[in-house]
Amino acid sequence: MPLLEIENLTVEFETRSGLFRAVDRISLTVNPREIVAIVGESGSGKSVAMLAVMGLLPKTARVTADRMTFEGRDLLKLTSSERRRIIGKDVAMIFQEPMTSLNPCFTVGFQLGESLATHLGLGRAERKRRSIELLAQVGIPEPESRLAAFPHQLSGGMSQRVMIAIAIACSPKLLIADEPTTALDVTIQAQILDLLVSLRDKTGMGLVLITHDMGVVAETSERVVVQYAGQQVEEATTRALFADPHHPYTSALLAALPERARERRLPSIPGMVPGQFDRPPGCLFAPRCDFAFEACRTTPPVRARADLGFALCHTPLVGGRPTPQNLPKGVTFAEPGKVSA
Amino acid sequence: MTAPDAPVLEARDLHRTYQVSRGMFAPTADVKAVAGISFSVRPGKTLAVVGESGSGKSTLGRMLTLIETPTDGRLAIDGIDVTGSTGATLKALRRKVQMVFQNPYGSLNPRQTIADTLEEPLLVNGMGGSADERRAAALDMLERVGLRREHARRYPHMFSGGQRQRIAIARALMLRPKILVLDEPVSALDVSVRAQVLNLISDLQTEFGLAYVFISHDLSVVRHIADDVLVMYLGRVAEYGPRDAIFADPRHPYTRALLSATPVADPTARKERIILRGELPSPFSPPPGCVFNPRCPLAFDRCRRERPELEGGVHQAACFATAHASVG
Repeated sequence: MPLLEIENLTVEFETRSGLFRAVDRISLTVNPREIVAIVGESGSGKSVAMLAVMGLLPKTARVTADRMTFEGRDLLKLTSSERRRIIGKDVAMIFQEPMTSLNPCFTVGFQLGESLATHLGLGRAERKRRSIELLAQVGIPEPESRLAAFPHQLSGGMSQRVMIAIAIACSPKLLIADEPTTALDVTIQAQILDLLVSLRDKTGMGLVLITHDMGVVAETSERVVVQYAGQQVEEATTRALFADPHHPYTSALLAALPERARERRLPSIPGMVPGQFDRPPGCLFAPRCDFAFEACRTTPPVRARADLGFALCHTPLVGGRPTPQNLPKGVTFAEPGKVSA
Repeated sequence: MTAPDAPVLEARDLHRTYQVSRGMFAPTADVKAVAGISFSVRPGKTLAVVGESGSGKSTLGRMLTLIETPTDGRLAIDGIDVTGSTGATLKALRRKVQMVFQNPYGSLNPRQTIADTLEEPLLVNGMGGSADERRAAALDMLERVGLRREHARRYPHMFSGGQRQRIAIARALMLRPKILVLDEPVSALDVSVRAQVLNLISDLQTEFGLAYVFISHDLSVVRHIADDVLVMYLGRVAEYGPRDAIFADPRHPYTRALLSATPVADPTARKERIILRGELPSPFSPPPGCVFNPRCPLAFDRCRRERPELEGGVHQAACFATAHASVG
């Protein structure tokens, strides 16, 4: 049975200027032992979707979904006390900025002990023993003496290790890591990613990795979901996605990486992500797409088949070329007018 | 003036030491943020300075832009020695080096329109002629960096991160500098926008013949944009040389570790990762011998006693362990 199943999750915010749809019908399945990456630029709704799973969104958010279950239990129908028994114990999350996620007023030992006391009901001595064990497990030297340390005495990498120790304190079945290494140096990033993968190997937990770094995706994840402006534009195994991206956005994103460039000028994506007020009526990516034709600007695309990466595109790419034969009936393909300069 | 191919920026054995108070009764401690760095940059070329936080790369950037004065060593801009200069000479030198900062959300004044922001450097330096001429220069520069003239009356909050970075670059170019110090100019930007800004940076270099000092920790960007690479560790040079030599044949174990730790966007590439143990040591008490020895997988006795000097011709590295293997 999958750990996490999400179907058509939508998150909308009531803002002064009207309803803003931050997450638009995304679906996601995470199995035990699996590492799934969610990639997207800022504003693509990747963090908001996972915060909805955790139930951490503010009251102004309207969360709807056809299905949102954790181990078969409906997350939308839980009372808050039932939710508290799952969140932090079976589902845990680590955040982007380790320095601001820890409470500056309490010691590392206290913050680690909190969840051990709440969820597992451990006594003081047991908590201390387990805390030391956890700090050692995430690779912190001299764990006994670190229990008394305050967050400001730790470096960024050390704080992130403490965050991970807190997250895995109750041996969660699912760990959601929101940009866990963005604020860290590359050598420390390598240490943290290795730690997360080895924890998965040992405990068999599922791991959702939210990131914008295609390199991190390629090296750690097994499956990838690509998000753009709140929509899920493609989903595939990591190898398939990097070998043959089907959505023009994924393809352009990969082409824009300096390491894939063959000449001095990088192929870039013109324009920027649409905001609340300039969302195009058709495909959201159409204004920036190299392959957009008339229908793209007027009709929202339907999702393609699994072998085309569920691409949200009228003419998913195969080998970098659009496929007009996949067009639904009644939509005609015109030669794409090149948009980019 | 100097010969056309002479280095426009030359540093010899630059040092910057900070004295830090350690409490009322303790003696002050010396922190060597930059200790003995030498390099040169020719017009139209890019030197990338690579290192982790705490490696001294930002302090180096601040010395090059004359925000900080070096405590020792020699720095020459356009053939003129900075270390001995004062007054008007120094002011003229400052115009030749401009800086673009990492965070375009913090580096633009939120209460100034874009036009005012761009005209400010001209005003401060008493250049650019009349008000109309200054405005015209600002509008021209806006178009050069890919923005529209009507953007001039807007305020920074009305722009996205990528556009703000374009504005910051435009401001840096207003005084027609010869050298641009770019401190992590694209690390705060999204991938799709990053490519646009990198293209702009390299177009402007060709157009104005600028020398770049590109401070970055992202090796995939460095590999794309740099001509020479300087790898820093704890205020010292670990390795210095042409880009291709460094990426093809990294000689310092730290460079090797950095290269292997940088994620590659290719899931089929299975590579040996060198995972460094531990973190950067405290700059208050750098380890004896080679500063990298506590984390180095190749360290032996000599590394803990003596400090290695940079060795090699065009491609230099400061390492005992790899020196004998790479003579030539």
